[in-house]
Amino acid sequence: MTLYLLCLLLFCLGIYCVLRKRNIIKIIVGLIISEYAVNLFFILIGYRMQGRSPIFDQKADILNMVDPLPQALVLTSIVIGVASMALLIAIAMRIYEKYGTFDITQIKELRG
Amino acid sequence: MQAVNIIPMFVIVPLAGAFLNSLVEKKAKWVPDAIGNLSAFILFFFSVLAVQVVRTHGTLVYSVGAWKLPLGIAMVLDGLTAFMLVTVNFIAFMIALYSINYMERFTAKGKFYTLFLLMLTGMNGVIVTGDIFNLFVFLEIASVASYALVAFGTEKHELEAAFKYAVMSTVGSMFVLLGIVLLYGLTSTLNMADMANMLAQKGAANLVLMVSVLFIMGLGLKAALVPFHAWLPDAHPSAPAPISAMLSGILIKSLGVYAMVRIFYNVIGMTAELSSIIMFLGTLSMVVGVFLAIGQWDLKRLLAYHSISQIGYVFLGIGLGTPLGILGGIFHLFNHSVFKSLLFLNSGAIEYSAGTRDLQKMGGLMSKMPVTGSTNLIASMSIAGIPPFNGFWSKLIIIIAAVQAQRFGYAFWAVVASVLTLASFMKVMKYAYFGRLKEGLMSIKEVPFFMKLSMVVLSVVCLIGGMLLIPSLRDIFLNRASDVIALGVNYAAIVLKEVSLSW
Repeated sequence: MTLYLLCLLLFCLGIYCVLRKRNIIKIIVGLIISEYAVNLFFILIGYRMQGRSPIFDQKADILNMVDPLPQALVLTSIVIGVASMALLIAIAMRIYEKYGTFDITQIKELRG
Repeated sequence: MQAVNIIPMFVIVPLAGAFLNSLVEKKAKWVPDAIGNLSAFILFFFSVLAVQVVRTHGTLVYSVGAWKLPLGIAMVLDGLTAFMLVTVNFIAFMIALYSINYMERFTAKGKFYTLFLLMLTGMNGVIVTGDIFNLFVFLEIASVASYALVAFGTEKHELEAAFKYAVMSTVGSMFVLLGIVLLYGLTSTLNMADMANMLAQKGAANLVLMVSVLFIMGLGLKAALVPFHAWLPDAHPSAPAPISAMLSGILIKSLGVYAMVRIFYNVIGMTAELSSIIMFLGTLSMVVGVFLAIGQWDLKRLLAYHSISQIGYVFLGIGLGTPLGILGGIFHLFNHSVFKSLLFLNSGAIEYSAGTRDLQKMGGLMSKMPVTGSTNLIASMSIAGIPPFNGFWSKLIIIIAAVQAQRFGYAFWAVVASVLTLASFMKVMKYAYFGRLKEGLMSIKEVPFFMKLSMVVLSVVCLIGGMLLIPSLRDIFLNRASDVIALGVNYAAIVLKEVSLSW
């Protein structure tokens, strides 16, 4: 239970960083943190206390194995995260070229 | 060819097209155009075929990699899927045609078509998949491609809008992923049909409530429902016109509306609370969107605010939960994707010829650009709900359904929003197309052939769209889609029966 709560804390930390920080790079770091919190949570869902690695073996019994599916899925989700973060950082670099600053209070020519 | 093999084609064709295009785009100037349009045309052809397949075979399930379901990834073709596939691929084909001429303004046409096809892959994937994690993966493919396309111009505004869009949308995806993780923890399965069964067995858990909230936040962000809409009016106008049409016309619908409807109706199961939340948010977007739209002077920005408003109608109709309401909702979804993409293509045509998006700098364009002007008139009348155009019929059905369900307040606001929509499009027509021709606009010309072609085809669909309500046509197309939604969690039984038959 404590682990789950810590995971939630990490997620909230990331979201806080996205909402409150003014620097574009810090916003991206916040996104990365909360994304990792979700991935970590996914791994924790599949974890069994004192479980063994999920490799089939003639001698070992099937009981008490760690759920392998979340691990496979998290791998996918990490790759997706890398793609979107790479794109975000590329956009951030271009923004710096155009505006000469990372401060979002000075990058507000559009009013949403 | 077995009928079931048509299902993976919707992902394979655009993915292969995107890959091939990035390999050979530099060979000749016409190569990207040819690959992009050919892929989009094949997809459109297949989607029409899919309607026929659903009509003869009913629901079909394809298991990827021949894994026995529910272990492997499933792809499901049913009435709603076929409906969405036709909508998405028809609009995408029209936009691909339009881009042949329009994208000459940009230097990297090959890259444009690669990203376009990747976005199409993501959208088709979201629609055909029957596996909830797979849905997330396709959602992200479409989203990442769309961030890149919003930033395509790489000018100040495009970059700023793309950054805002990317950050908000990534947060939305994170909420969706968290919801999926919690659902997996509860049910230990990822197949949507199997998951629906498991959830029905477990009964109503508090966790399901939390998951619903996460999905409303995450998918509501993708669909630009009102508290989560702030990215849309920046992102949609900043993209090149074909992409604005794509984003407003089909992306927010397949990623937002379709995914939400599929998960809430067919997996989690609709409850009275959920449906009243969706209806409330829908009505809120409807009213707030139109009020914000009316004061805009940037043409594309005005259209973007109307997207928020019209998505509200779709959610109101589907949220009502009565068969008539659902029918109206999905019919409005189809109609909106046609006329909103047409309006964005018109605004692109003005930008192409006159070089401005500011309504105050336009005037009298009707005499110089008759095709753009008259198609824009048709689309404006459709969106404002004037008979006999398609928008009128779907709005009428939604309002009748709201009255039948004793939701008089919602029906009232739907009428008010419709009147305000009419007012703001009268403003567009008056300032842009009628009146006196401005000094600097004397020498402008009508747009090239392919742009005209796609605009004319879309406006013809606007004109005859109401015909889809004729009973014999309605049975093939709209009713099959609304039946799937009205089915609710019984969707699981049908899909699983299909699985056990095929093994």
